[in-house]
Amino acid sequence: MSDTKLRNFHEAQWDEDLIFEQSVPGSRSLLVPDVSKEAGAVTGALSGLMPAGLKRKEKPALPELAQPQVLRHYLRLSQETIGQDINIDIGLGTCTMKYSPKINEQFVRSPKFTEMHPYQDDDTAQGILKIIYDFEQIMKEISGLDAVSFQPGGGGQGIYANAAVLKKYFEDRGEAEQRTQIITTILSHPLDSAAPAMKGFEVISLFPDENGYPSLENLKAVVSEKTAGIFITNPEDTGVFNPIIREFVDVVHQAGGLCVCDMADYNGLFGLVRAKELGADMCHFNLHKAFSSPHACMGPGCGAQCVSAELEKYLPRPRVRFDGKRYYTDYDGPASVGKIRQFHGTLSAVIRAYAWVMSLGKDGLQTVAETAILNNNYMMKRMLNEVKGVSMSWAEKAPHRLEQVRYSFEKLYKDTGVSAEDVNRHLVDFGFQRFFASHHPLIVPEPFTPEPTESYSKADIDEYITALKKISDEAYSTPEVVINAPYKAPISKLECDHIKDYTELAVTWRSYKKQHPDA
Amino acid sequence: MIQYPYIPNSNEAVRKEMLDFIGAKSVEEIYSFIPDEVRMKKPLDLPEPCTSEMQLKKYMDGILAKDSTCAENLNFLGAGCYDHYVPAVCDEINGRSEFLTAYSGDTYADHGKLQVFFEFTSMMGELLNLDVVSFPTYDGGQAASTAVMMSHRINGRGTALVPEHMNPSLRSQMECYCEGVKFVTVASRPDGLLDLDDLKSKLNEDTCCVFLQNPTFLGYFEEQCEEIGKLAHGAGAQYIVYADPSSLGIAEPPANYGADISCGEIQPLGIHMSYGGGLGGYLATRQEEQYVMNYPHHLYSIFKNSKGEYGYARALPERTSYYVREKAVEYLGTCVGLWAVTAATYLAVMGPDGMRELGENILFKSNYARKKLAQLPNVKLPYDGRYSFMEFVVDFTGTGKTVAEINKALLAKGIFGGYDLSREMSDLGQSMLVCVTEKTELADIDTLVDALKAIV
Repeated sequence: MSDTKLRNFHEAQWDEDLIFEQSVPGSRSLLVPDVSKEAGAVTGALSGLMPAGLKRKEKPALPELAQPQVLRHYLRLSQETIGQDINIDIGLGTCTMKYSPKINEQFVRSPKFTEMHPYQDDDTAQGILKIIYDFEQIMKEISGLDAVSFQPGGGGQGIYANAAVLKKYFEDRGEAEQRTQIITTILSHPLDSAAPAMKGFEVISLFPDENGYPSLENLKAVVSEKTAGIFITNPEDTGVFNPIIREFVDVVHQAGGLCVCDMADYNGLFGLVRAKELGADMCHFNLHKAFSSPHACMGPGCGAQCVSAELEKYLPRPRVRFDGKRYYTDYDGPASVGKIRQFHGTLSAVIRAYAWVMSLGKDGLQTVAETAILNNNYMMKRMLNEVKGVSMSWAEKAPHRLEQVRYSFEKLYKDTGVSAEDVNRHLVDFGFQRFFASHHPLIVPEPFTPEPTESYSKADIDEYITALKKISDEAYSTPEVVINAPYKAPISKLECDHIKDYTELAVTWRSYKKQHPDA
Repeated sequence: MIQYPYIPNSNEAVRKEMLDFIGAKSVEEIYSFIPDEVRMKKPLDLPEPCTSEMQLKKYMDGILAKDSTCAENLNFLGAGCYDHYVPAVCDEINGRSEFLTAYSGDTYADHGKLQVFFEFTSMMGELLNLDVVSFPTYDGGQAASTAVMMSHRINGRGTALVPEHMNPSLRSQMECYCEGVKFVTVASRPDGLLDLDDLKSKLNEDTCCVFLQNPTFLGYFEEQCEEIGKLAHGAGAQYIVYADPSSLGIAEPPANYGADISCGEIQPLGIHMSYGGGLGGYLATRQEEQYVMNYPHHLYSIFKNSKGEYGYARALPERTSYYVREKAVEYLGTCVGLWAVTAATYLAVMGPDGMRELGENILFKSNYARKKLAQLPNVKLPYDGRYSFMEFVVDFTGTGKTVAEINKALLAKGIFGGYDLSREMSDLGQSMLVCVTEKTELADIDTLVDALKAIV
């Protein structure tokens, strides 16, 4: 493969002061109408409208700027941010950085949606209720399960909601005191451990064997009458597909436990594999990942929670129903876990995901999965053949990957002293967002997990590989160049790992100024 | 094969070139290692797609056209989601591709995003008079839930005391989340204030926290807030106050009357209602170890490098589930970063005088509505001696009509009446919670009053 041209990039570097430092006392960016005369004639003076003890004595030290200066400040900061729209965002694997269609932004920014109050009469909300209802039917088909809630506000909350339903199920069966353990794999997302733990479960994590996934024997050794269920991703975080997943599920089911699939990394499976065929009782999808809703600086997202018919009654309330003529909100549900989040969830993500599926249909969705697989396998071959110092764990026993791969820069590090994190800091110098390394613990040393979704062209992938080859070459020839990166980011290298305790933390400007009076 | 606009490599020639390079005849050959037993046996059964953008737009616009919005009617609904004015600059900034489509990039590539996050926490810190504010969480309910769990972890106790008339939807979420914590109700007095005798009788060595909404769910300022805090502290409990940030330009922040943990909803700060989708939660405390190490969220700290440049990075990450999985403080995932960007923009746009004027505007108009509605025959406004902020209770029991009936009649006149309290708070009779924001005109209130005259 011939290399493509690397661009002579430099990210915006505005050297922009904090907004507090730009404050000009008395400046205004928005005026609020004065109603004191007209309303005051009826209400009396302001001083009589609040309890004296609760009146704010010192005004908050918020910045004071005129509108052009506020706008310019935040536009400059936006330019010092590399969103998916403006870069080849292949690096952030497990995050499924794909194109978020612009037409879908028009729908969610329409006043026909933004100006809707959640407690409006159902008769005035037939549009949004139809979208919620219709998309539930679509997600039932995509998962193969029987009921869906969009209330969880992200993937983590989706897993948490599944843990809550699972707990309620066993409480109803009188088995809650007996079934106290959740099994997961150490290469499933950390939330598959943390969210069940939040519901009070003891978590057992299975480690991979030489095949890249836990053996059936390891699973059988920990399954018992205490098992409440298994929370599992497949493919695992590493991209390795567990081919004996059905046997895993069967073992847990035979012990009386439930199977919960984490479908956050679903992009390579549309039309090919569903939760139902995996034998799952529950699953969740991240609508802000495979279903194209933008990631939005880490949310708002939506963790679509899908469950079997037996578990539907436990889903959070409200639910949306259709009587053949009219869509309506159903708050009843004595067995429900209650609320996971207020109202119906992040409906902007639901609308975008609905529009995205409606633009593709069944053939389009399968093309998404197959193209994600094609892109990843093309990149994998180039990566392993051409980028010196890179390897893939379990390559011998598990050579196949679907939509993503966890690579390792261990050899590069051993050969040159350049770490995966050094490579990561240098990527921005070529116009790329950083890559995702790995979830913890770092089973794969010096990890690196890219995911070239269907949104990237062959030329995009070639450019990414060319940059990595260049960085690898630099590591072998002039390692200090990589170690001291970045050079073309808004700021230079920052020593930011030194905080040892809470006293050195400064998450607000007022806290920083207390610690550094000269600032 | 269709050339899909969002999928560049659906191009046949390119696909062949890539497959040749890989050495496969088809993509199916690549994934043939997936066992048959878990493969779908037939194609997905989905609606026929609108493959062109113009078809899709027509289809989606057609569905959304069935909605009748607060902008097209007069709206008096609140109860946890508020129809505030959204400054144009907020939408301009949160619509920027760079912010809208960024994700978890960090210190370098996303320096600008992290500076905005830091400005969000810093401005919230000023509004709340507190030094530690976390990255925002899913919604106010999640922030309140974590506040309770924080108190539970700090003192190891297992009972949260909450007011009788708190937001029932919020309570449902908190009770679902707060594993190991029992919720006990503290009665309200007939005059609308918290019953301190009942509070005293329920405070004991198992009380992890006293939780208060201020303004309350029913819209009134809890005037005993300082005393409630003292009672909580006297019993060794934490004091949590859930405060609406749109009130904080005129009202004392909770920390000033003794709250240990402040929390609430940031939707009022420049975020559209979007049928209840536009929510985000804030959580803030003093900078003490017991609090800082009990946040489950990202904490972005400011640093200076040798060149004198400021930068930002996640600090003390060993608290979080990303690092220590099930041993973490609760759990952490994708939350609402774009709303941090939006709320930061909002607070910068408003400034201290804007926040004060916002509060004053709401105060004047909601009190105007209170006075006017009080004149309706057979309609009672309870809690006469209380000060209200944005919402207040109107009792229609004396009219012989239900709130549901009244709201149906109002709807026919293009008015969304207040939230029907009768379903969840039957002790209040046929009462509605009327909400008046800075967007409500005095003439709108007169229209509501006239409409109600005709109905009741």
